Amino acid sequence: MTAETFLLYPDPAPADLVRSLDFGAYNWTAVGSIGDAREAEGDRGWTGAIINTADNPDDAWALCRELRRRDVPVEPLLVLISGSQLDDLETRNDLFDDFMITPFHPRELEARLGHLLWKAGRGVRPEMVEHGSLALNVETYQATIDGRPLDLTFMEYELLKFLASHPGKVFNRETLLNRVWGYDYYGGARTVDVHVRRLRAKLGEEHASLIQTVRSVGYKLGQSRW
Amino acid sequence: MSSCVLAANPYEVERENEYVLRAVEERNVKLIRLWFTDVLGQLKSVAISPAELETAFDEGVHFDGSAIDGFSRIQESDVLAQPDANTFETIPWADGGTTGRMFCNIYAPDGNAFEGDPRHVLKRNIAKAAEAGFGFFAAPEMEFFYFADGEPGHPPQLLDRGSYFDLTTSDVASDLRRQTISVLEAMGIPIEYSFHEDSPSQHEIDLRYTDALTMADQIMTFRLVVRELALERGTFASFMPKPLAGMQGSGMHMHLSLFNEDGNAFHEDGAEYSLSPVARQFMAGLLVHAREISAVTNQLVNSYKRLVRGFEAPVWVSWAQNNRSALIRVPVTKADKPSSTRIEFRSPDPSCNPYLALSVMLAAGLKGIKEGYDLPDELTHNLFDLEEDEIRKLGLEPLPASLSEALDVMEQSELVREALGEHIFEWFLRNKRSEWRDYKTHVSQWELDRYLPSW
Repeated sequence: MTAETFLLYPDPAPADLVRSLDFGAYNWTAVGSIGDAREAEGDRGWTGAIINTADNPDDAWALCRELRRRDVPVEPLLVLISGSQLDDLETRNDLFDDFMITPFHPRELEARLGHLLWKAGRGVRPEMVEHGSLALNVETYQATIDGRPLDLTFMEYELLKFLASHPGKVFNRETLLNRVWGYDYYGGARTVDVHVRRLRAKLGEEHASLIQTVRSVGYKLGQSRW
Repeated sequence: MSSCVLAANPYEVERENEYVLRAVEERNVKLIRLWFTDVLGQLKSVAISPAELETAFDEGVHFDGSAIDGFSRIQESDVLAQPDANTFETIPWADGGTTGRMFCNIYAPDGNAFEGDPRHVLKRNIAKAAEAGFGFFAAPEMEFFYFADGEPGHPPQLLDRGSYFDLTTSDVASDLRRQTISVLEAMGIPIEYSFHEDSPSQHEIDLRYTDALTMADQIMTFRLVVRELALERGTFASFMPKPLAGMQGSGMHMHLSLFNEDGNAFHEDGAEYSLSPVARQFMAGLLVHAREISAVTNQLVNSYKRLVRGFEAPVWVSWAQNNRSALIRVPVTKADKPSSTRIEFRSPDPSCNPYLALSVMLAAGLKGIKEGYDLPDELTHNLFDLEEDEIRKLGLEPLPASLSEALDVMEQSELVREALGEHIFEWFLRNKRSEWRDYKTHVSQWELDRYLPSW
């Protein structure tokens, strides 16, 4: 578990939420219950939590309560709520720092999260994703290898950032398609192969092996930190 | 990625645009070239400054289309070029990498996609394939010559006397080819193989497969990169289909496959050559309509001087697994790589408009699937060894022997009319008829040599 990790509820977390967090290079873990949340918590605790109350409000609010009634409450805590559930907020002001009505605009999530982190005195989102000689600046979208700038298209950059944010982890093509592209794409999994080849071509011969093909599974970038 | 998506999500487009705006700033890009392609397949460019980029994304850039071959009718000459952010690359060889480029979609003043835009034609055909559940993937083998210069006043001067797979250290052309490949790869065009071809001064670079729209963009970039880098070295690269009489011409064999949700739709375990029914019907479609689409895949008078017997170019409408005289070949693939099952369509040459050529190939193949065409028997003879009347006895039809014949067949083709759209179909026929008339009224050196002394 890396240092800064958001807790998301439920598991699987809403796809648009996951996409937005990935885009900002935030780390997150989705949990399905209070028990899961305890088990998955890293040594340094949760950076914050984003709880979707839309589908299962009772359990969602129970989780909020658990996270807030600790000696050191988890904050910021952002609640996603449907327009018809707004009344639920009235009696629970102590259980969240901010709320957002679903469906939300990804820009709104970015802005609220940035503001909440600032208010909580934390740094904003991570600025750099680094792995060995590869560095991606999330603020400026610039990528370098050995200090040499890489000119990447948007999807190439997104794919590289995603893989570099989870070093050593193997992803299958379908997962990459959903997490990086995030919408229906004809040609399907083939698209992932095509983009990996383009990335390898741009990384150059010397660094082409940074992205490894894991036979009959998918791809990974570098070795795991574990 | 706008390339295969039917309706791009506006938020994604916004992000892509923002990404390019930031890249332009961070990378200190000073000039942005907006690229598009005319109906004949020539690359066109409008340059804008970084300050104009945001407006170009939001509103497009106006220009007068009447100056572009095949673009506008006189009364509606104003068109809009809107850059596709996901095609942004810097041009490594120009101005120390401070020039960027993007391919554009062209729109009519009413906001609709412009029907004279070849890129739009391909997108429309790809959307049809997508409706049937297919993504269309392609990989060409690009053949071309390096000559001493591009002066048409004398026969092309060869740069070397190399032959197939020649590996000499003094090979200037091979050095140039290597440099070209590294520029192509830096621009996100991965290379599969490259080698010295049969003819002296002839080279081949094979691109790795990608979706058809990206591939058409890549072919346009490829032709420019190869030519520009050759010029920098004081030589000249040519994609003319048959620049030298008596030597092999330059083809653009196109490897094709369709993918659906389950993977490669051309592959079936245990089937003959691992070809699925979809692959067989697609091939049948290409064979049935091969003559109709020839004018598009082989668009020059000169193209038909390549399609003659004796030079490893296809002449007869036929298919085979491993027979270089066939129009369609089924490359042998490794049993454990179902993704590489594909077909190779061997008639196209590198002078074609790749957007239009891929459009008609796809339309022919899809027609075969839709109508459930039967694939004829595989060719078992080597046609290079047979006489013409023997070949005709096998029931095979020849490809058109000239541009004129190809245009006659195309004019009757509903398939090509629909695939290209009325605007381009009509313009193309008119333009090419006129090219043929110019050629027909020309008296060649061959005629003078042959007839003047005796008659």
